[in-house]
Amino acid sequence: MERKTQIHAEEGKQDIMITREFDLPLELLFKAYAEPELVAQWMGTQVLAMNNAPQGNYRFETKDKEGKVVFAANGTVHTFIPNQKIIRTFEMENGPFEVQLEYLEFEALDEETSKLTMQTIFRSVALRDQQLKMPFAQGLNWAHNRLEEILHQLTK
Amino acid sequence: MELRRDVFQAIADPTRRAILTLVALQAMTPGAIAEEFNATRQTISRHIQVLTECELLRQEQNGREIYYHLNAQNMKTIADFIEPFRAFWDDRFNKLEAVMKNYKNKK
Repeated sequence: MERKTQIHAEEGKQDIMITREFDLPLELLFKAYAEPELVAQWMGTQVLAMNNAPQGNYRFETKDKEGKVVFAANGTVHTFIPNQKIIRTFEMENGPFEVQLEYLEFEALDEETSKLTMQTIFRSVALRDQQLKMPFAQGLNWAHNRLEEILHQLTK
Repeated sequence: MELRRDVFQAIADPTRRAILTLVALQAMTPGAIAEEFNATRQTISRHIQVLTECELLRQEQNGREIYYHLNAQNMKTIADFIEPFRAFWDDRFNKLEAVMKNYKNKK
């Protein structure tokens, strides 16, 4: 089976392209990005602000059980065309990454399925590579079984 | 290289995983790595040695300092390297799909 989520990150480039086909009609896919309560559910974060209009802002915050903020991010919306396109910035607060530019494109494949294409542009190739490595680095801590599998294949 | 240490053994140790996590983000000197831990420099230096021996870390001389890098070359293709990144987004989008199916059914 072909993988539903695909990543394209060419060497030496400063962008990442993520594509995903959903078993959802276009309107529902877009709603998942437009309604704060829904964003909160699938992203597993609190949505403190979400103004879906040009120059509108959004802000996410995730707290642990003790109420300590473990993740916070914000950005500005540049373009918001329902069921078509969102262009926005994204910046993790207190993180090592600088602000990124996101192009999200939504399209219907048929009445019941849809596709999301997300292009993220970074300030430099180095920052992009760092972002690509993040889950790998976290994976070392959180799921080193998966890494063991990869390493196991490499050492064959 | 004879007597090459087992990579699984290397990453089974939480301190060594933490070291890999640190250098995955940026190259670091042994001193800078040691400062991140509540352990003696000697202990950390031994961990670094194990990681270097199984080629998960790569040394690079920069003037008088030695910097340790994550050995990305050890990964055959970039595809293996970004698989955790892909898996992260795949999980997230699976969640989105599940949330929206639930939303549709409730309406």
